[in-house]
Amino acid sequence: MKTALIKTGRPTPRVVRWERGPLGFAVRPRTLVAVVVLVAVVFAGLIASLALGDYPLAWRDVVTGLFGAGPADAELVVHELRLPRALVGMLAGLALGMSGAVFQAVTRNPLAGPDLIGITAGAGAGAVLAILLGGVSTTRSTTYGAVPLGALIGALATAAVIHLLAFRGGTISGYGFVLVGIAVNGMLAASTRWMLARVDIGAATRATSWLTGSLDGREYAHVRWLGYALVVLVPATVALARPYRMLQFDDDTAASLGMPVTRSRIALLVLATALTAAATACAGPVVFVALAAPQIARRLAGTPGLPLVVSGLVGAALVVLADLVARTAFPTELPVGIVTGAVGAPYLLWLLARNNRAGKGG
Amino acid sequence: MGIATERTRPTGRPDGTAIAPGMSAERLTLGYGERVVARDLDLDIPAGRVTALVGPNACGKSTALRALARLLKPRQGTVLLDGESVARLSGRDFAQRLALLPQSPTAPEGITVRDLVARGRTPYQRWWRQWSSSDDTVVDAALSATGVDALAGRAIDELSGGQRQRVWIAMALAQDTPVLLLDEPTTYLDLAYQVDVLELVAELGRAEGRTVVMVIHELNHACRYADHLIAMCDGRVVAAGPPAEVVTPDLVREVFDLRAAVITCPIAGTPLVIPLGGRR
Repeated sequence: MKTALIKTGRPTPRVVRWERGPLGFAVRPRTLVAVVVLVAVVFAGLIASLALGDYPLAWRDVVTGLFGAGPADAELVVHELRLPRALVGMLAGLALGMSGAVFQAVTRNPLAGPDLIGITAGAGAGAVLAILLGGVSTTRSTTYGAVPLGALIGALATAAVIHLLAFRGGTISGYGFVLVGIAVNGMLAASTRWMLARVDIGAATRATSWLTGSLDGREYAHVRWLGYALVVLVPATVALARPYRMLQFDDDTAASLGMPVTRSRIALLVLATALTAAATACAGPVVFVALAAPQIARRLAGTPGLPLVVSGLVGAALVVLADLVARTAFPTELPVGIVTGAVGAPYLLWLLARNNRAGKGG
Repeated sequence: MGIATERTRPTGRPDGTAIAPGMSAERLTLGYGERVVARDLDLDIPAGRVTALVGPNACGKSTALRALARLLKPRQGTVLLDGESVARLSGRDFAQRLALLPQSPTAPEGITVRDLVARGRTPYQRWWRQWSSSDDTVVDAALSATGVDALAGRAIDELSGGQRQRVWIAMALAQDTPVLLLDEPTTYLDLAYQVDVLELVAELGRAEGRTVVMVIHELNHACRYADHLIAMCDGRVVAAGPPAEVVTPDLVREVFDLRAAVITCPIAGTPLVIPLGGRR
């Protein structure tokens, strides 16, 4: 073979390999380090979320409060106010990060976040409808069920409409899915605004606060429901990791490597939709996490293509830290969606500017 | 080049020499949506040879290749691989026997050459066996067979068109299949790279006894590098056989609607088509 074509190479990234009998695994040390660091960051963020706030707690009180052995006020602050909120943020971030990775991977489009293709807008429309119809408050425990339920139904119904409209000739193309999603997103955003304009100011204010994505007033019920959903959805998504990896190639290549392309893509899109719906139902539409987390995760982990689990961990870290900032860094508490949006929008601009440079990835 | 490890060849003879299976298609009706591209199409792909599918644009040659690769389900008729209907094979089983290089494949952003070629091992992997040392051996062999081993650590996006095409061929080789299909492997490449890729493909057929089928536009390249030529026009086979036997001025006129002289190439001894210009 001709070797004159070949310029000098770069060493292949180091890979740790393990093989025993029929088992065999290969992983980059860098990916493992990314996982360990991210888990540590999430954990540190959780602890800091328990300690910091209007009523700062000493570290000792946080620990004792956590195990129910501390002073009564510490126990109340940790268990009733801060822990459920931090846990909802962590779980929602995990769900959004994984969901974003799946959407971006199987549509092969880095802009295919659930925030941009209508899933989140569907949840928003459903939630606003629930607030307006029921006249409920997001912060009162007696009515917490209506808003998440409305959001869940809104997200799933929207996803069903997008899937049906994007279905062409027995398959769903990533491009078609994104285009249909953007159109649906526009329609839903308009109808949400129309609903807000029609109602009394009190309900509209509550709805708007929900629409910015706030973790205020989260309770163990939210943690429980989101936890139940993730216990089913996360393993199901991870089980499809191989088709997920191969769908980042073109369909013909994936199919000729033995992947059931259409079946896997639809299954993954349904799981990603359910992850977003669950997260949005419990945490509100926390924007940009699903968009940014997979891209950050790929750069951290140094993997070919978007890493699935690392994207989830980045999402969890982002939401936990953003909520900590939203809660403590300003004179008044902000909804977490404002912080993720303020960080996410410049990030999106940067991503767009970079992708416009001639066909250069990496 | 020794990439063909008999171990994984499903059609090894008892004496250990691998023989690649042939393919055939019987009475295929192929189409997309409302449009029928080919009707009653019969194809015969000889075992262990390089076959070129040629014909004018929209003659159905790529569609026929897609049907052979099981990417397009025939409305009617069957595609046989080694005498077995491909529709009955599992995805994994089929992918261990036949590899396809699509016309314009895309890879995830930032993937390195070695990672890309390693994905060719997918049909042999399971979730509990995501990697094995034999995968490494086959990937190394594929990288050196295509002359891209020095590029192993580079990102695909950084390579030239010709290097990238070699890497994709290496990925198809890593799939270690007795049958290899290529859809216009030389499109978008400059002449030197076209020849480079074709020499590689011909060597895979000749030295290793793989069954290779490629769709190709340049008739002279087909004559030079294929053992068997199938000329298609309007969804049917006009002629099939060794290039020296089937490529005549009449065939070129019938298939491409082009006046041409056919002489014997003084270097390779294969037919050389000289267009005479002007439509008939």
